[in-house]
Amino acid sequence: MNAPFDMNRRQILRTTGFLTLTFAMPSNLFAQEVQSPEGVGISGGPGLPTDLKKNPMLSSWLRINSDGTVTLLIGKVELGQGNRTAIAQVCAEELGVNFSRLQIIAGDTKLCPDEGVTSGSTSMPDGATAVQYASAEARGILLGLAATKLGQPAETMKVKDGTITAGNGKTVTYWDLVVGKALDVKATGNPKRENPSDYTIVGTSMPRVDIPAKMTGGEIFIQDMHPEGVVYGMVARPPNYRSKLKSIDLGPIEKMPGVIKVVRNGSFLGVIAKTKDEAMAASAALGKAGKWDVPNDMIGNAAIYDWLLKAPSSPNVIHTQKRTSSGTPAKTVEATYRRPYVMHGSIGASAAIAQLGTDGVMTIHTHSQSVWQTAEAIAKMLKVDNDKVRCIHTQGSGCYGHNMADDAAADAALLAAAVPGMPVKLQYTRAQEHQWEPYSSAMVIKIKAGVDNDGNVLDWETDVWSTSHATRPGGNAGNLLSAQYLDPPFKQPTPRDIPGPNFGSGRNAIPLYEFPGKIVTTHFVSEMPIRVSSTRSLGAHPNIFALESFIDELARNANVDPLEYRLRFLKDERARAVLMKAADLFGWSGYKRKPNYGRGIAFARYKNYAALTAVAMEIRVTPRNGQVQVLRVAVADDSGQVVNPNGLANQMEGAVIQSLSWTLKEEVKFSDSAILSSDWASYPILTFQEVPKIDVALINQPGMPFLGTGEAGQGPTAAAVANAIYDAVGVRLYTLPLTPDRVKEAMNAKK
Amino acid sequence: MLSFKLNGRDITTDAPSDATLLWVLTDDLKQHGVKFGCGLSQCGACDVMIDGAVVRSCQTKLSSAGGRSVTTLAGLMENGKASKLQQAFIDEQAAQCGYCLSGMIMTAQALLDRNPTPTESDVRAALNGNLCRCGTHTRIIRAVLRAAA
Ligand code: FES
Ligand code: FES
Repeated sequence: MNAPFDMNRRQILRTTGFLTLTFAMPSNLFAQEVQSPEGVGISGGPGLPTDLKKNPMLSSWLRINSDGTVTLLIGKVELGQGNRTAIAQVCAEELGVNFSRLQIIAGDTKLCPDEGVTSGSTSMPDGATAVQYASAEARGILLGLAATKLGQPAETMKVKDGTITAGNGKTVTYWDLVVGKALDVKATGNPKRENPSDYTIVGTSMPRVDIPAKMTGGEIFIQDMHPEGVVYGMVARPPNYRSKLKSIDLGPIEKMPGVIKVVRNGSFLGVIAKTKDEAMAASAALGKAGKWDVPNDMIGNAAIYDWLLKAPSSPNVIHTQKRTSSGTPAKTVEATYRRPYVMHGSIGASAAIAQLGTDGVMTIHTHSQSVWQTAEAIAKMLKVDNDKVRCIHTQGSGCYGHNMADDAAADAALLAAAVPGMPVKLQYTRAQEHQWEPYSSAMVIKIKAGVDNDGNVLDWETDVWSTSHATRPGGNAGNLLSAQYLDPPFKQPTPRDIPGPNFGSGRNAIPLYEFPGKIVTTHFVSEMPIRVSSTRSLGAHPNIFALESFIDELARNANVDPLEYRLRFLKDERARAVLMKAADLFGWSGYKRKPNYGRGIAFARYKNYAALTAVAMEIRVTPRNGQVQVLRVAVADDSGQVVNPNGLANQMEGAVIQSLSWTLKEEVKFSDSAILSSDWASYPILTFQEVPKIDVALINQPGMPFLGTGEAGQGPTAAAVANAIYDAVGVRLYTLPLTPDRVKEAMNAKK
Repeated sequence: MLSFKLNGRDITTDAPSDATLLWVLTDDLKQHGVKFGCGLSQCGACDVMIDGAVVRSCQTKLSSAGGRSVTTLAGLMENGKASKLQQAFIDEQAAQCGYCLSGMIMTAQALLDRNPTPTESDVRAALNGNLCRCGTHTRIIRAVLRAAA
């Protein structure tokens, strides 16, 4: 029964004469969303990139197969961001083989190097850098082997698509050379890398390897998989977070058509049936059959900002710079910004397939971003050893962070454990996805600045209030939703803010502008009235919305063009370059004013050390109803060495559109007893008729570190909208989303 | 027993006539290009064609397909190759996760069938009921216009 479930991978691993592999043991990563401090993928030791340091054996990354193929094993997984293709490009480039020779296996806890979580825009800085170094080093080893074999010095050799040619014209191929354990060595971190000016694969818009199957109905998503003997699992959730199941009569449900098994454990309810229709009918009946204790003590969404400010929190000064110059500010400007909970909102409800094998191993196909740590959490939930849970990453609908993927994996496992041998396929309903996913935290940001007579900032002060941005499974069963409802329940650990100034609620709260005095404080609220976790860009979306709105307000107060004002305080050349590039692409200087049309600009360097992004846009406000239409957006981005320009632009376009949706439309609504945003009607997102034209300009930095791009557009986009609204109709909005009602109300108040 | 044509082939299924067309297509007939998104007719991930008209298979009973002709994403292929529209999507690299894409392509094909030379605003209007969370919209629009050119 295992065979069909696992076949593709077995076929891929059918090898003859491969290098013996030594798999690095999964390392227990200490924290979530912790990225390399400099954003260059290199930390903790000279030369060795982060992920290579964790998994130093070259053979845990690369396998040179005697059939002329190369197997690349990676821990960073494809989420629709195109990292599979881009990382493979880097491998092919440094190893010296054609791209088409690569077979890629990603995110299998049994086979791949543990690269932790695919998050925080680290696939390129961490993942690709590790692959770059490993591939370059492998190439050096192969050249050494060739030198011995051909009796020629390695320095004279050239490589083309795996064929090595020595100075005397003799040749040998990688596939001839590889016998034994040549790559069973630790990386030194000091390989000879290719000269960026010689790149032929890196820097090209290689078409994405996963796209054709997605366009033609190929089998590629978990949702497409139907292992032999598959059965369908569904869960029934409680009425709200803190409900408890008092009693339930399972008898009638067990008798429903197609039902194989009904599972109850504490307040966890699930059902396994022969068809999906039968599973859905039975789980709906299950939900209704329960007698629940339903506490009505949730804070409604309208009251959440006051709650955040009053809840117990731990102030943490994440940045301070004392002003050395004297003088008292001529004026103090203050503003308070609010961002509600927003959801990941994957189009495909989360899914997983789990099967308990005769060897006692629970094998789970999951679209989790954190296969290793989720496997460990599930093992703890099932009370089995870690090696009894194997997670295999298989693509799912885009997740944009920690959505319900891990919970689906856990729920499939809970159900599969009740029917040993049967592969259980689970996909949530829309309401289950919408109402139970861990949202991006609501936040409040207060900024205060003392300015001189020319409007220049002397002192800057930011305070940020937020609940957690990191409740990923992280090897802890208590972070799995259903585990909290079992008997006995697993308690969710009290979250901490992610350490470091740029990782969680404080991400991008520190202005990069060179003001004389700065102090930035986060007020982390560990209580979670609403389930929250990592969502694309974490605190950066609200923080940059606040910071870049405020800068704009200061510029207006000073009667200075907002672009010019920013450049006045921004000394970093790369930062200045992206701002000017975006302005140029937009046509900032020759902009013609029209009533109710406006332009806005904003900038950020993601995490203050990763990709640099500036966004300029034009919008139109309809005064009658306050409707904002975004007309066109110009983006300039510097993500370091560009690997795949088309893929990078794709990520940036997606970031802009998703951020426009959050910024203009989205707010999770909840009453005292339930999450009210349960579908796309009650939680609308941006549609085709609302999407603007987007132009992206990339600033390539040959040979510079990969900076990662996936999340860099979220923040600047938000602020650019707010700034453009001000430009168009002279009202400044401080609370997201920037709905027509809010625009209209502000316009009325101004009159 | 219910018979219909699936991508040009005759199919007979013993699934109950009130079964959801989506699950019959994906689970029984292995049509991967049909996706569950919401089950509420709100997103379009499950779009397929019945006799050339787009339907939301998540809210369609199997009986509606009886005696008729059902087309899924795989059915658009021509001689095992991507169709002009599918190729245009590939050429424009019009996907991030790609989960919404099968519904997008089905809906776009139906548009091109009734209007071979749509304007950009025709495309936007036709696809307005199809949701994409990754923000691939502008590429999707370009792909449809490319196929129409
Ligand atoms: S799944 Fe059918 S419209 Fe969403
Ligand atoms: S490409 Fe991911 S939802 Fe559209």
